[in-house]
Amino acid sequence: MSPRRRRTEEFTSYYGRPILKEPTWEALDIAGYIFAGGLAGASSILAAGAQHTGRPRLERAAKLTAITAISASVAALVHDLGRPERFLNMLRVAKPTSPMSVGSWILSVYGPLAGASAAADVLGIFPRAGKAAGIGAGIAGSAVATYTAVLVSDTAVPTWHDAHAVMPFVFAGSAAASAGGIGAALSPLAEAGPARRMAIGGAAVETAMSFAMERSGRLSAETFHQGRAGTLLRLSKALTVGGAVGIALGGRSSRAVSAVGGLAVAAGSALLRFGIFEAGRASTLDPKYVVVPQRERLAARQEEPAKADTMG
Amino acid sequence: MSVTSLGMPTVGVPRKGFFTDTSLCIGCKACEVACKEWNSVPADSNLELTGESFDNTSALGADTWRHVAFIEKQVPATDPGAHDGVKWLMSSDVCKHCTHAACLDVCPTGALFRTEPGTVVVQQDICNGCGYCVSACPYGVIDQRKDDGRAFKCTMCYDRLEVGEEPACAKACPTKSIQYGELDELRERADARLAELHERGEAGAQLYGRDPENGVGGDGAFFLLLDEPETYGLPPDPIVTTRDLPAMWKRAAGAAAGLLAGAALVFWGGRK
Ligand code: SF4
Ligand code: SF4
Repeated sequence: MSPRRRRTEEFTSYYGRPILKEPTWEALDIAGYIFAGGLAGASSILAAGAQHTGRPRLERAAKLTAITAISASVAALVHDLGRPERFLNMLRVAKPTSPMSVGSWILSVYGPLAGASAAADVLGIFPRAGKAAGIGAGIAGSAVATYTAVLVSDTAVPTWHDAHAVMPFVFAGSAAASAGGIGAALSPLAEAGPARRMAIGGAAVETAMSFAMERSGRLSAETFHQGRAGTLLRLSKALTVGGAVGIALGGRSSRAVSAVGGLAVAAGSALLRFGIFEAGRASTLDPKYVVVPQRERLAARQEEPAKADTMG
Repeated sequence: MSVTSLGMPTVGVPRKGFFTDTSLCIGCKACEVACKEWNSVPADSNLELTGESFDNTSALGADTWRHVAFIEKQVPATDPGAHDGVKWLMSSDVCKHCTHAACLDVCPTGALFRTEPGTVVVQQDICNGCGYCVSACPYGVIDQRKDDGRAFKCTMCYDRLEVGEEPACAKACPTKSIQYGELDELRERADARLAELHERGEAGAQLYGRDPENGVGGDGAFFLLLDEPETYGLPPDPIVTTRDLPAMWKRAAGAAAGLLAGAALVFWGGRK
């Protein structure tokens, strides 16, 4: 029996069809974009810290990670649009009501700064301008890593919109975890201390915040536990927690442990983005996530007027 | 409030809209066909029989700007409108041309804009196919044409309106189920019609999207329904997503600051 013919007792809908449209975004493009953006942004912060505290190898590793990741993320975005020249239309206007417009402008500030600081570092030219660009990239990087939470939450997709209050913290933690993890994997033990701490701290925040998000008690939070999203998110937690514990126990003495742990944490961060993406998609496919909460809201409002009247 | 009603004209041309009175709809699909013809909307990919009563179009989409729903509802045989325990509900759905239009708010290119008569239209030469509007619309109206990448939906026949004509669907509708006109006047007409139906014992009759205080600030295309909205595939209480946008930006700023502070901490903690 095709799912569209299914009818449930609690509510009616038009042949059980979805009410909302499924996101048109490809998981690999958009979840990948969000992961890479978080990795880049937080890596620039890590690089700025390394540059400030005299850790040249960590600094270089983080700057190269940032520029690689942001290039990949822009490539993913352009690929999602289908035709590269279409990206230019993004820069036609600046619209504060559109997180995608705001994001495009954030990226066009951040990208050149990240590129300039990496280039100056690798080529050994314009050291002072390079350092200034590094600081700028770190600050802009904090916006790159978090605006994507607003990007997905500012939609009618039930799971994403319902999570809008915690999503930025989930994304910030996850960005830190991935940048710390990659930084720990790519730099020598002696310099990698802050990267390891960033990976562990980020993993802790990511895990705590995503637990809060997945257990919000809202109907749409169900989608975090089911199907593909559920599998991805469970795997994400195992990698993130496992990697962080590994780094905490053996990361200081063994480069191999530090590298494997760091990569695991970063992989956990990536899977988290794909899991959130899939959960959102699932919540658009079943009209239950639209109808049931909206019905409840209507019912609550019908009880409200009595109260509102007496309160003036 | 202003962030969610981009470009709504406050003076000058009165706002135009659709009032779809589903109690008059006979399911002839003249509106669907007229819309396709006038706007040169391509055929939906395959001609498929869905088995969903007489409905083979199924939903609004990039290539379906008007959609006639057919509902065969099982009701007690005593119901005044019932025939053999089945009651027919038909309704022609369309883009709501919301006062607070989420699609318009989130469009990063400015391709979606508000016209002089207050409707919401996509400028096809500017749309870059980002798909943001598709996920933002709380009614699931606008969609992407897969082979083209860009987003399409009802324009309320922008070109006809400009020359003082009514939209093709309203013109083609033989029963005046679809009415086009000044929104204020349509609302009065709808109120009178609702009262009439209630008097006749149609207890389920209700106006949908008429109230300017609702979650999208009122629809520029609103409906008289004979049953609950979800029966027709409409969300019972949609809200424009950008209503929460200021709160979201605040949270994101907090998270960004937290990220910077956390990074300061990991370096400060271990300065050699
Ligand atoms: S119904 Fe959807 S597509 Fe139409 S104006 Fe409202 S938000 Fe936009
Ligand atoms: S798909 Fe086109 S109309 Fe929709 S938000 Fe993107 S640019 Fe705007």
